[in-house]
Amino acid sequence: MSGENDNGNGMAPRDDQGQLKQEGLIFERGGAGRVGFSLPELDVPEVDVAAAWGEDNVRGEIAGFPEVSEVDVIRHFTRISQHNFGVESGLFPLGSCTMKYNPKVHERVVRHPGFAGAHPYMPASVMQGGLDLMRRLEAALAAVTGMHRVTLQPAAGAQGELTGVMMIAAYHASRGDGKRRKVLIPDSAHGTNPATASFCGLEPVEIPSNSEGTTDIEALRAEADETTAALMLTNPNTLGLFEDQMQQIAEIMHGCGAQIYCDGANLNAILGKTRPGDIGIDVFHINLHKTFTTPHGGGGPGGGPVAVGEHLAPFLPRPTVEVDSDSGQAFLDWDRPDSIGKVQGFYGNFGILVRAYAYIRALGAVGLRQVAEDAVLNANYIQKRLEGHYHLPHPRLCMHEVIFSDRTQKKHGVTAMDICKRLIDHGYHPPTVYFPLVVSGALMIEPTETVSREDLDTFIEAMIAIAAEAETDPEHVRAAPHSTFLSRLDEARAARKPILAWRPETAGEHEPVGAGATG
Amino acid sequence: MAEYPQFYKYTAEHEWISVEGGVGTIGITHHAQDELGDVVYVELPAAGDSLEAGKPFGTIESVKAVSELYAPVSGEVTEVHDELVEKPELVNEDPHGEAWMIRVRLADAGQLEGLMSAADYQKFLEAADSGH
Amino acid sequence: MSATNDPHGPGRYQPLGPDDRRRMLEVIGVESIDELFASIPAKLRYAGELAVEPALSEPELIRHLGELATRNGPAAGMLSFLGAGCYPHFVPTHVDALIQRQEFMTSYTPYQAEISQGTLQAIFEFQSLVAMLTGMDVCNASMYDGASSVAEAVLMARRLNRSGGRVLWSEGLHPAYREVARTYATHLDLTFETLPVGADGRTSVPAPGDDVVAVVLQQPNFFGVVEDLERAGATVAGGAAKFIVATTEPLAWALTVPAGEAGADIVAGELASFGNAQSYGGPLVGFMASKQEYVRNLPGRLAGQTVDEKGRRGFALTLATREQHIRRAKATSNICTNTALCALATCIHLCSLGRHGIRQLALHNLAKATYARRQLTAIDGVEAVFDGPHFNEFVVRLPVPAGDIVDACAGRGVVPGVVLGRFDPARDNELLVCATEVHTRADIDKLAATVAEVCK
Repeated sequence: MSGENDNGNGMAPRDDQGQLKQEGLIFERGGAGRVGFSLPELDVPEVDVAAAWGEDNVRGEIAGFPEVSEVDVIRHFTRISQHNFGVESGLFPLGSCTMKYNPKVHERVVRHPGFAGAHPYMPASVMQGGLDLMRRLEAALAAVTGMHRVTLQPAAGAQGELTGVMMIAAYHASRGDGKRRKVLIPDSAHGTNPATASFCGLEPVEIPSNSEGTTDIEALRAEADETTAALMLTNPNTLGLFEDQMQQIAEIMHGCGAQIYCDGANLNAILGKTRPGDIGIDVFHINLHKTFTTPHGGGGPGGGPVAVGEHLAPFLPRPTVEVDSDSGQAFLDWDRPDSIGKVQGFYGNFGILVRAYAYIRALGAVGLRQVAEDAVLNANYIQKRLEGHYHLPHPRLCMHEVIFSDRTQKKHGVTAMDICKRLIDHGYHPPTVYFPLVVSGALMIEPTETVSREDLDTFIEAMIAIAAEAETDPEHVRAAPHSTFLSRLDEARAARKPILAWRPETAGEHEPVGAGATG
Repeated sequence: MAEYPQFYKYTAEHEWISVEGGVGTIGITHHAQDELGDVVYVELPAAGDSLEAGKPFGTIESVKAVSELYAPVSGEVTEVHDELVEKPELVNEDPHGEAWMIRVRLADAGQLEGLMSAADYQKFLEAADSGH
Repeated sequence: MSATNDPHGPGRYQPLGPDDRRRMLEVIGVESIDELFASIPAKLRYAGELAVEPALSEPELIRHLGELATRNGPAAGMLSFLGAGCYPHFVPTHVDALIQRQEFMTSYTPYQAEISQGTLQAIFEFQSLVAMLTGMDVCNASMYDGASSVAEAVLMARRLNRSGGRVLWSEGLHPAYREVARTYATHLDLTFETLPVGADGRTSVPAPGDDVVAVVLQQPNFFGVVEDLERAGATVAGGAAKFIVATTEPLAWALTVPAGEAGADIVAGELASFGNAQSYGGPLVGFMASKQEYVRNLPGRLAGQTVDEKGRRGFALTLATREQHIRRAKATSNICTNTALCALATCIHLCSLGRHGIRQLALHNLAKATYARRQLTAIDGVEAVFDGPHFNEFVVRLPVPAGDIVDACAGRGVVPGVVLGRFDPARDNELLVCATEVHTRADIDKLAATVAEVCK
């Protein structure tokens, strides 16, 4: 396997092994007097800041800041980007993340000065386009989820969860129902769920999964009582399975006066097939950076709108976008006395909302349903073709993601992590591993719908080759990856002696060490 | 097979305690450090703090996991092994010796009766293992 | 199999054709796609078509979005002097070009360190730059926005104190930031008290009692005034209360004494002024920075330097045990996705400005705002409200309610500032005006002329 891991960008410095050379820190580059920006001549009187503010209140130049030209900046960041993986390079099978193609047209429309240059305090009368977009997006998300209102304010899924659970708490408080402190959470849930419950001063209570991988109904029934505020569900769940006992779950929870929060991370599987609002869910958050393809950006920004039933609308964060029935003008409604308050300084990640709206308009109803159909088809195709090579903990048709475990390969001393690292050599970003926690040695694969059958087949062949190699040459798999410049970074060292910033005083500490390093 | 010192007592949460003159020295077992992986951080109480048997007295972190440390007995903390904060890797290297965590003046020596001997602890580990 | 009658077709984002689907269904061993959804009970299935607007082809999509964008003031060339937590700055073209590289824009969170060195190194550089800018030991990889970051800073102070209590915050802390912090603290044992600003626009901080968990100032403050952080820091030092310094305009920190030198325990706020468009208030660049000793209580991701098995330098996410995916219910925060790409833009812009450029840019801003303040206060009936030092914003008092002035100016293509009455009815005649390097002398003269005209 050659050292081909550069996403096709061939023109970059390499060492004599053909490996991409490591790029030094920006602080290790540049030189005195280099300039990377451009400013017009000052056309108003200069101000002597030391005179204006008092000399003691002024700092000098920031010693450690670099001095580089625009060319240096471009080359530096271009070169380090080549040590990264993007969705455009090929299948990105990360379970639960929905790494689908990010359409280029979104990047074009969002940069229009009417959007990009808009200040949040621009009067509503001159922001009708932006407000109209937000209103239309809310309507579309309400239609997709079958729910009543949607707040576009939360910046990501976790913040959406926080918003949703706060609204549930406010709802119970408004009814004088102060005893409700418990939040029931399946053991397969994403870590943000119990973290969110604690944040809201509530007590997370774990509910076990049954042998099928879905919620244990009897365990749920035993815990659901008048001290329960909510159930936090994921549907389809983190095992990629639809909670088919949803009706009973709704009866039990509503029967004891609790609310149902549903984590919409897996919405990609059910678009147009079922709607949370129709199946008993009271609060549903949406990850725009998953289902609605706003770019992952290496970790954000995201968008976490929260859809709610009518009874929860009074508690939505403020402001909401409304339309004046007389003038037909859109406006921001701050007059919401029961609102939980605000979770973002302004109105949410507007730039992300524009992209999500453009996507929904490009697809339409038929396109959205096709997303779910192809996503589920692709995952089942992978499951069928790999089930002879990897252990399948839940042998039933999956939804948009399939989970294997490393049980078969472990017999040869090869773990899920090793399989992941070896997949890198085949040119793929690894799937999600060791999540959900209820499956030991889990490998979670989500192909999404934005992949051709040929690319699926190539991925499947790579997985089959690794399974075979685990039997015939397990050491080679365990020593993977072989094709990246760095291999098996010492995370224990990073945690024991954290070095979290470069400093001019300690520049020596940061010098790369060891053979083959560059500076 | 790890050697579990004969004169130590053990808990189901994988702590050990060694008592001399009414003062117990406490750490975690070889099994615990093995499960955790490379230990990166240990958070310990201060001298003078009081411990309650069965309640957490600190935390221990590896790269991918964090666990509470549970007090085998009740009592007052007399000494804290501060060096562990600087060198958490000692827990992996010598969990039963160099990596002692705290010393406690026992409030009630009778509590030791409820803890496991080395042989019992070893059986406990074997039973847990076969259940997987 | 569902038919695609829609001529605009979803096809270009969904590569499977009818032939592919047929063959794949055969391999799986089912007759139709419907069978794959059998786990959804019939009663729970949605039988209809989603009630969304009709699909648009790419040219139609561009036209439609363009039409929506054109109906906003900035597209119509309106001249805006709005600041108040979100500032107009020029972002060099190469910054936006670099963040659009697919390796940065479409990549995932860098959990797999070997194939994410691009993202990780950029985060490490970002953390380093912000640590130097703020004078703090450590900075995280970004949060959501400034408001939620300051809210998290207050929660962090509470965690460090291991108990609830009072939070003293300045009137000069952005009102929206205060509202978000109150929302975040809804279920906690914290009370909030506002410290007023004086005639100079600065906050005077009383020595905090033992029951104070945090003292929060903003630099520059909401009124554009430069606070005396060193005096505040000295007053707070020595007690249990944590000194939190917030910021919405960190460009000023190229000139002011950094919070770290003034004794801040935690710094949090907004970095969007660097590298990012205003974008109707989001996405932005929230961040938190702190003293080294508090790092295990700091929320958000952290990229740390380490070595690989051959001893070569590399970077990895570290101290992950603080975070939700490990500590779950006891995490420092529930944050997962943050604002990485916007933080990357901030990083690239800061590198491009460099040690000399950031100072020069800040001096330009100060000069523009000083000129604007002079031109406006020269108008009959318009006076400056605060006499303390300011950066690129200042407050003027108008002879009539500021809202009327703003409406009249907007009709003439100018948005002269933010009406403070929307936050505090006592300030109904006050206008918060911002001028930066994007405003030419001619723009500022037009501002003054327009305000003068409507004030008559």
